[in-house]
Amino acid sequence: MAKLILSMDGLVLKEIPLTKERTTIGRKPHNDIQIDNLAVSGEHAVIVTILNDSFLEDLGSTNGTVVNGNAVKKHFLQNNDVVELGKYKLKFVGEAAPAAGAGGEKADFEKTMVLRPAAMKAAAAAAGAAGGAQAAVAQRQAAVQAAAASAAATGIADKDPAAKAASAPAPAAPAPAAAPKPGGQPLGAIQLLSGGNAGKELELTKPLTTLGKPGVQVAVLTRRPQGYFITHVEGTKRPSVNGQEIGAAPHSLKDHDVIELAGIKMEFFLKA
Amino acid sequence: MDLTQTLEIATCTDPGMVRSHNEDSIAADPANGLVVLADGMGGYNAGEVASGMATTVIVTEMRQILTNAKPYEVDQKNNEEIAARLVREQVLKANSSIYQAAQSQPQYAGMGTTLVVGLFYDNRMLVAHLGDSRMYLLRENKFKQVTRDHSLLQEQIDSGIITPEQAKKAAHKNLVTKALGIDPTVEPEIHEYPTKPGDIYLLCSDGLCDMVDDEDIGMTLQTLGGNLKLAAQQLVQMANDNGGRDNVSVILVRVLREYPGAKGVIGKMFAWLK
Repeated sequence: MAKLILSMDGLVLKEIPLTKERTTIGRKPHNDIQIDNLAVSGEHAVIVTILNDSFLEDLGSTNGTVVNGNAVKKHFLQNNDVVELGKYKLKFVGEAAPAAGAGGEKADFEKTMVLRPAAMKAAAAAAGAAGGAQAAVAQRQAAVQAAAASAAATGIADKDPAAKAASAPAPAAPAPAAAPKPGGQPLGAIQLLSGGNAGKELELTKPLTTLGKPGVQVAVLTRRPQGYFITHVEGTKRPSVNGQEIGAAPHSLKDHDVIELAGIKMEFFLKA
Repeated sequence: MDLTQTLEIATCTDPGMVRSHNEDSIAADPANGLVVLADGMGGYNAGEVASGMATTVIVTEMRQILTNAKPYEVDQKNNEEIAARLVREQVLKANSSIYQAAQSQPQYAGMGTTLVVGLFYDNRMLVAHLGDSRMYLLRENKFKQVTRDHSLLQEQIDSGIITPEQAKKAAHKNLVTKALGIDPTVEPEIHEYPTKPGDIYLLCSDGLCDMVDDEDIGMTLQTLGGNLKLAAQQLVQMANDNGGRDNVSVILVRVLREYPGAKGVIGKMFAWLK
């Protein structure tokens, strides 16, 4: 049985098991979960529970519903999701499945899976029969989850138990899709030391910066989490770093390395 | 007609930073202008089996057929292009091979694969796809997606339930609505486009487009287009630098020159006049 843990300022107030198909949350007393706080709307949100899946839906509240720091309209609740309503926090704790089963049942959002129309319909019908007129989207989501679950059951979902076990303790919510951008690393730049534009400086803010003359000699400077690298792109002659010609593989650049490319010398340095 | 001198092809595939297996499979037949990319799914190593079967069946069958077929001709009976028919037939052949294997051997039950196939002939390119593996095109510094995913997310975007911005953060990126080998029969989406010398076509699995923004992919192709092999490696590296949570596969095809298909004096004259 999934449940919600209501807390304020880190203090647990109560635990609410999600026994009903619709669990309403709001300021008014007729709600299943009443939160008497002015930041909470009279009818703030509802949690629809279909089989083992719970969906949170904001009911057009004034101050909105926030899950894990993101404002949501509708949300498929995953284990350890934190719903914020004003100062109050509701932590969603999913079904405590046995350890072995947990991996298989959990929706793996990285793994490509097929959504079959038949499974969709069956699940939608089941959801409809179980619950009457739910929001169409909630039904669709339920269908998706049911399809995902049945896919998991037939072995589509997960082929790598080892990797799964390793990832199991991680929060169920998918990691943010945006990857760690190379933001923390120092910014690199190059300064031309010879040629007509000697003294000119170029900041390397883009993930890729090409240097040289197309058709003659071109190299690319790549910005990666590990630092900056120079790679030969085209031309018979390769660029050299500190007087040493580089190979075909990317060459890691260090502060104050001197690059020579198409007869022009330039210095790579890191900006503080 | 041998297209080895007409098309430059570079490929790169990598398991990524998280997964232990590579379930993607890629194949290229430069002489026949054929490239195939498949992203398999299914328990244990079945995903690899499904994607491997898809690429092998399609490449070997097409190679045999193309030795004496003329893909640019039109079938008089139903007015269908021979190329489209050939590709559809081979996709269906691969589908039944995978489906039968999945049905007959318990360890392969439920396996399937996404697919994207590119066939270059007669200054044209035919693309067939199923699922969320994609084809992009870089033409005159404009980078755009050629295929539309068969995925729940794409359906939701199309019906206006979510915006493309929300889609980037959506949880169910992984649900495809069409795939090879799941059902006894399948209808691949097939389109045909004219090509131009200088075009760069990118075929990739979702391991690339989920991890790297389209903008960055386009920029990489623009800056490194001169060195296709390096561009392919760079794309895979970018996906891995961003977390590499799925297998990453990339096929790049550059059109070097015109390749009219028509043979014979009249056909050549006609092609030349065009």
